[in-house]
Amino acid sequence: MLDYFEEILSTLRQNKLRAIMTGFSVAWGIFMLIILLGSGRGLQNGMEFNFRGSATNAIWINSGETAESFEGFRKGRRIQFTNEDYDMIKRELSGISNISGRMYLYNSAPLTYKNEFGVYTITCVMPEYMGIEILDMKRGRFINKIDIDQFRKVIVLSQPIVDILFKDEDPMGKFIKVGSIQFQVVGIFQDYQQADAKKVFLPLSTAQRVFNGGNRIRNLAVTTTSTTVEENKKIEEEIRKMLARRHRFAENDSKAIFIWNTLEHFKQAQGVFAGIRMFVWIIGIMTIIAGIVGVSNIMIILVKERTKEIGIRKAIGATPWSIIRLVLSESVFITAIAGFFGMLFGMGVLHLVNMVLVSAAEGNPMVNRIFYNPSADFSVAVTAAIVLVLAGLMAGFIPARKASAIKPIEALHDE
Amino acid sequence: MSKSIIRVESLHKSYVTGSNSLHVLKGINLDIQQGEMVSIMGSSGSGKSTLLNILGILDNYDAGGYYLDGIHIQKMSETRAAQYRNKYIGFVFQSFNLISFKNAMENVALPLYYQGIRRKKRNQIALEYLDRLGLKDWAEHLPSELSGGQKQRVAIARALISKPKIILADEPTGALDSQTSLEVMEILKDVNNTGISIIIVTHENDIAERTQRIIRLKDGIIETDKKNGNAKKQITESVIIP
Repeated sequence: MLDYFEEILSTLRQNKLRAIMTGFSVAWGIFMLIILLGSGRGLQNGMEFNFRGSATNAIWINSGETAESFEGFRKGRRIQFTNEDYDMIKRELSGISNISGRMYLYNSAPLTYKNEFGVYTITCVMPEYMGIEILDMKRGRFINKIDIDQFRKVIVLSQPIVDILFKDEDPMGKFIKVGSIQFQVVGIFQDYQQADAKKVFLPLSTAQRVFNGGNRIRNLAVTTTSTTVEENKKIEEEIRKMLARRHRFAENDSKAIFIWNTLEHFKQAQGVFAGIRMFVWIIGIMTIIAGIVGVSNIMIILVKERTKEIGIRKAIGATPWSIIRLVLSESVFITAIAGFFGMLFGMGVLHLVNMVLVSAAEGNPMVNRIFYNPSADFSVAVTAAIVLVLAGLMAGFIPARKASAIKPIEALHDE
Repeated sequence: MSKSIIRVESLHKSYVTGSNSLHVLKGINLDIQQGEMVSIMGSSGSGKSTLLNILGILDNYDAGGYYLDGIHIQKMSETRAAQYRNKYIGFVFQSFNLISFKNAMENVALPLYYQGIRRKKRNQIALEYLDRLGLKDWAEHLPSELSGGQKQRVAIARALISKPKIILADEPTGALDSQTSLEVMEILKDVNNTGISIIIVTHENDIAERTQRIIRLKDGIIETDKKNGNAKKQITESVIIP
């Protein structure tokens, strides 16, 4: 094996400049492929970043006003969800993993702590909401079942609000006024999507009781146990049917309730990016083919120049296969080494771009939503390596055939 | 007692180029014994190179028969032909045909590479052969750093390393001055004395005079085939092969 490499190297050393120039075209092809794939990945990651705040298989249900009259009811009737809707879906719908109702307090309840106060949108939810919207708990806990059952007056705040109201004080366990009622701070979180989002969460049951909500809820959110769009769509349809029966509106009434199926949109976006990725591969492979043709070209010239040497080798006992192997392995060797450097260089550039992006994103969070963590992962590297070896074999094939067809007599008389 | 190493029976060969057919060998009969040193002479176009190519299994023939060490050599795959060449035949060429980017030792060792012998071992064997030809100190030199005579000695070492039955030499002295030519002929004689048959293609009379048998070709047939009385078969102690 070592012998074999020595044999290849000794011939390549003959034409250092040429080997390097040939290698460059392949290295360039691979470099471009890696850059393109990395950029495609960056765009996709940016898109996925947008979905990061929500579970990708979440279904969000909002109520609206009926657009059609139905069973004697006039159109334009407002649909109001209640705890019974929540109970019904939880009880009767299979295939859901989390469900939560939500209600909001908009301007009615300012938060006050000592001399600081602020007005924020307060979201009142169930404990399972944690699995629907993805929150990064920094300290403490989210709302739990006991809070709901016992109507406890607890509050979960996002970091920016803590910064404003508490300054340097430790907020955990402190009491803060919501409207005129004291709530105890039990948890602090950061929003994944928007680090500066000012959000407040209260237990739904407590809020309904304290802030005069009755049994009304503004909207519903569920996550499903399925991962396919079809199943999610089916669940969405079932929810629509159930609610239509209960609230007596036409099933095909598009204004009565609005359902946002995250998975459907996520998959659509993913589909777009799968398309982009395929496009990128095609361009990348085309670029590599240009490199292959270059290698092939050079190898043909090389074989022609080495006609005599190959003739000698054949005369003293080289089989055609050993000649083919000689040319092929040279070609694979050039492409593999050059490709490796191209790949390394491409990954280096991506890494650099990533570093620049990270520092840019600190000033402007929007950057992450467009372009985030461009990188070529291990599987790409493996694929690229396979492509390279194949490319080398393809590049060497025609020259190798030519070399093995050399007749020793003619070669030796070729003065 | 003597054994036929090369036997050729009414050998025919023609080259077809387009619509023209050139009949080069028109029925050659030849029998070369083991240990013979033969020269083949003839003007250009007489078919002597073609004959040498066929004897060296570098080319096919059209009709007749060729037996090398009793084996019938006929149309065979290139791989088989390569194996036979490697095993039975050593080549020495006019233009030496050394590989320019390999040093003397590597050039000599090359036939063993194709026998699959490990690098260390084959280089060691190559050094032994170079030593016998007085070139041990030049083992690491590239062909371009050697004189014509030295190059031909390296080529002879390469031809010998696979222990062939026969050495085919195509104008081995054609590119050498007369003094060096004599030296090379002496070496070939030494090789011959170890029992290896040697066929030399040449157009120089004084080279042919040093062989035991001279075969003259003309227009594709053997014109004369006579023993050379001048070159007595000297039994000298060989320095080449123990």
